[in-house]
Amino acid sequence: MAHGPAKGITRWFFTTNHKDIGTMYLWFSFAMFLLGGSFALVIRMELFQPGLQIVEPNFFNQMTTMHGLIMVFGAVMPAFVGLANWMIPMMIGAPDMALPRMNNWSFWILPFAFALLVSTFFMEGGAPNFGWTFYAPLSTTYAPDTVTFFIFGVHIMGASSIMGAINIVATILNLRAPGMTLMKMPLFVWTWLITAYLLIAVMPVLAGVVTMMLMDIHFGTSFFDAAGGGDPVLFQHVFWFFGHPEVYIMILPAFGIVSAIIPTFARKPLFGYSSMVYATASIAFLSFIVWAHHMFTVGMPLFGELVFMYATMLIAIPTGVKVFNWVTTMWQGAMTFETPMLFSIAFVILFTIGGFSGLMLAIAPVDFQYHDTYFVVAHFHYVLVPGAIFSITAAVYYWLPKWSGKMYDESLGQVHFWLAFIGLNVTFFPMHFSGLAGMPRRIPDYNPLWADWNMISSIGAFLFGAAQILFLYIVIRTIVSGKKATDRVWEGSHGLEWTVPSPAPYHTFTTPPPKEDMQSY
Amino acid sequence: MAAEQKQIKNTLTKLLGLVVVMFVFAIWIMPPLYDLICEVAGLNGKTQGQYVSAVEAEVDNSRWVNVQFVAINNEGMPWEFQPNEFSIKVHPGAATVTHFVAKNPTDRIMVGQAVPSMVPSNATNYFHKTECFCFNKQTLGPGEEAELGLRFIVDQDLPKAVKTITLSYSLFDVTDMSSSEVESKAKELQALQTNELSILTEFVPDESRNNNVHVANRMQPLI
Amino acid sequence: MLITCKRSLALLFATSLMLLPAIGFADGWQLNMTEGVTSISKEVYGLHMTVFYLCCVIGVFVFGAMFISMFLHRKSRGVTASNFHESITLELLWTIVPAVILIVIAIPSTTLLKKVYDTDEAEIDILVTGHQWKWQYEYLGEDVSFFSILSTPASQINNEEEKGEHYLLEVDKPLVIPVDTKVRFLVTAGDVIHSWWVPDLAVKRDAIPGYTNAAWTRVEVEGVYRGQCAELCGKDHGFMPIEVHVVSKAKYAEWIGAKKAEVVAIAEASKKVLELDELMATGEEVYNKNCAACHQADGKGLPPAFPAIAGSAIAMGELSGHLNRVINGGKGMPPFGEQLTPVEAAAVITFQRNSFGNNMGQLVQPIDVVTFKQGQ
Repeated sequence: MAHGPAKGITRWFFTTNHKDIGTMYLWFSFAMFLLGGSFALVIRMELFQPGLQIVEPNFFNQMTTMHGLIMVFGAVMPAFVGLANWMIPMMIGAPDMALPRMNNWSFWILPFAFALLVSTFFMEGGAPNFGWTFYAPLSTTYAPDTVTFFIFGVHIMGASSIMGAINIVATILNLRAPGMTLMKMPLFVWTWLITAYLLIAVMPVLAGVVTMMLMDIHFGTSFFDAAGGGDPVLFQHVFWFFGHPEVYIMILPAFGIVSAIIPTFARKPLFGYSSMVYATASIAFLSFIVWAHHMFTVGMPLFGELVFMYATMLIAIPTGVKVFNWVTTMWQGAMTFETPMLFSIAFVILFTIGGFSGLMLAIAPVDFQYHDTYFVVAHFHYVLVPGAIFSITAAVYYWLPKWSGKMYDESLGQVHFWLAFIGLNVTFFPMHFSGLAGMPRRIPDYNPLWADWNMISSIGAFLFGAAQILFLYIVIRTIVSGKKATDRVWEGSHGLEWTVPSPAPYHTFTTPPPKEDMQSY
Repeated sequence: MAAEQKQIKNTLTKLLGLVVVMFVFAIWIMPPLYDLICEVAGLNGKTQGQYVSAVEAEVDNSRWVNVQFVAINNEGMPWEFQPNEFSIKVHPGAATVTHFVAKNPTDRIMVGQAVPSMVPSNATNYFHKTECFCFNKQTLGPGEEAELGLRFIVDQDLPKAVKTITLSYSLFDVTDMSSSEVESKAKELQALQTNELSILTEFVPDESRNNNVHVANRMQPLI
Repeated sequence: MLITCKRSLALLFATSLMLLPAIGFADGWQLNMTEGVTSISKEVYGLHMTVFYLCCVIGVFVFGAMFISMFLHRKSRGVTASNFHESITLELLWTIVPAVILIVIAIPSTTLLKKVYDTDEAEIDILVTGHQWKWQYEYLGEDVSFFSILSTPASQINNEEEKGEHYLLEVDKPLVIPVDTKVRFLVTAGDVIHSWWVPDLAVKRDAIPGYTNAAWTRVEVEGVYRGQCAELCGKDHGFMPIEVHVVSKAKYAEWIGAKKAEVVAIAEASKKVLELDELMATGEEVYNKNCAACHQADGKGLPPAFPAIAGSAIAMGELSGHLNRVINGGKGMPPFGEQLTPVEAAAVITFQRNSFGNNMGQLVQPIDVVTFKQGQ
């Protein structure tokens, strides 16, 4: 018989329940999102106008580095793992994750990893200041001593991601309820299965690259040091061999979320389910053979440039398939525009704009002009903020009634959406212009030529930041005093998670659900 | 239940195996693989090691290739480092000898390593070095100057489009990684010093004091 | 309602972008990439615009379909949802059509990239070396070599003075090249990775220690073109600009002749004996340009990475030690022997020994520097 949760704080330390762990992941990632966001606001404050006002250049570099690291490894990835923890067992009719104890560890080592990383701010030498891509030799021979803490932090968060991914694969492959065939799984489960394989394949490569750095710094090897027969360009190849799949790790689960939400509010099945699965798999495969498009200016031979340019352009095809499928799903539906749907529609539009700039960046000869400018910053923020952040926000609004048993305030949700949508575009759209006009990224001060666009970006950033505070308020208010939610929550909702009561009981599907509840939708 | 647990364990083992494989791949496979690809494809303009050929190359007198030499000092490398000549015109197939000049202006023994790079990178596999100072570390005593030799052959099969080859050497200070070289150089210098001294004492004993000072001055400038 | 508002917003963005080439902004509201002044940069611009317009067309179709659907297929209009969810024809269509478009883009991209890579047979070869945080230009085969350092005064950066037009994009000694001449840049670095970028030439090449990368240009219009380092290279990454002066061939010949004469003039100047105030004035200038980035304008440094000059054991110790550190570098400091003329080196050492509370009361003459260098 099912037990309820343990009492007191020990519930959270020792829990092996997928819902508890999912909740902790989500709160942790939100805290990191606010921390990384506050670093972004320091950056935007400094760039509000030309001249040095708020911070000195070295601290500015620490801000850009920590903003990137915390957002990627602290906010986006744990948020997706949290959603996976909550939703995957419920979506496939499993009682819990396959490896519950490992699940507990994979969460609880995360706070230590980030404590280690953030503690460097208070040490002599300061936090990492070599960019989140930490190119050698800036991050080895020329790095502050605190780089060792950074390396261990990355090791620990890498271990956490790997354990989380293993757990997800083991759950999906072994714990599906009878009748839940692979091609009946919701797309969120599919995208996470593929993402988890990507994580298992590339997080060890990240661990490898930081280990090589560690050995270069402390044990006299010369992997990346030209003086000893090594090669700084090798660092970039290994890093981006991890880095490009990593980018898709941050977007594939988002595809799954949007593929759940759009059909719900269009009241129409997802168009092209199987082509969605194949497109996701192709994107994952392509992610392994395009890494050097981040390095078009390092001086690769012509042949190398061409191969990576063509491979990169190919990604447009499966990504296009996905966008067309979503649009066709909406076509001839009966749509309503609740907050999760608004965020999902914004996702499709803005992610597509990010995709367009991505296609432009893929053209190697033109990339010589875009590379390392604000155009690139605009591109990846258009992919990551509406991509990862908007989809996570949509997911929270969509599933929060199931988690908490209470409904959020719809009008506040709409206000949040519009603030975030306007804030995002005001922040990042002008960056296309300042980048094309020639502003390099990662600079604390700039020529007045780019002053106007920067001022607008800064204003937008504060608006976007304010929207996130409102988000926090909405979530807390829902949990504390929201109206009771129904079990189905949404009129158009389909899938196993909606067949259990709201809030979802501490243990669900201790006996497998009936097969009639499982149709691919 | 038990069967399910066994399956989960099975999956876990496989996935952990994949993690280990990828980690090993990153550290022990990727760097050598990268070096191999660079060598085979002439990627990144890294020139190859010593060239040994049993067949005597045939000289192509109908064609000239302009070979340029560039010397670059990495930061913190105070040696004066220059090619003897900026460019030479050669026939493909003809062995050519040239040299770089290096001088250590400091008061300590230093070890340098030259790292070659070539433009255009597709010429890399057609530029054969039969002798090069870049194959080894170079050790120079205080104030010492040396001619660093280079002997090369441009392959007759060099693509016709390539008319200029630029060979550059970046000189790195590797003294910290080369304690054995520094030690043997110090011994050599000491031997030289005592040798000179003994010769001096033997033949001109009266002036030995002055000469002694003179030698010491030369070996250890008062800086 | 809000949805249509969003559409018009997106349309506004799109149309404003399409009008770009016609408007040609020059002031703070510049929207688009520069067309540049070389045939390559113009082709790059053309390709950029082609791909952009293609994206706009695709965008109009995709977003158009979406917005029509959002308008027509709303539950509030009383529609009922249809149930179609598969069509092999459609899936094939939107796989093949994008593939064809991509091939169409790939062809001109390949041709252009080949041109960018054709660096052979240049008339002038310039070795460009990135250092933290300045560029060094060496005209190969000409015996001309100099460092190019940011000339924007610290007072402008610290907002004590109004910012000039070329704020952070101006240097003390610009790179000079002749017009209508194929110039090849060999790009490398002495410490960390930098990237040499001049937008008007459409040249961006990473400067990597141990590597020599090549790029080329043939500028068609005389003028001054500015750029910046484009790869994060540490603290002052934002403060190492590039300034290229493109002049007529005759002027270039004159300039390079003058540069060579300068070498002789420097040797002459080194023989002069200078007064204390002369040395101090020059020394302060040299200090602010070359030393202040790390050791700070007040001489207090940024320990532990950048030690203070004020009260330092070197500045207050034996002169030979001070000369050695400035000329040969050490302990993480780059050597300045090549970068500073004997007059400048003597002046800055005199300045450091007699400022920030250091009171050695000692004059260092250019000839001391020359003797030191020869004595080594």
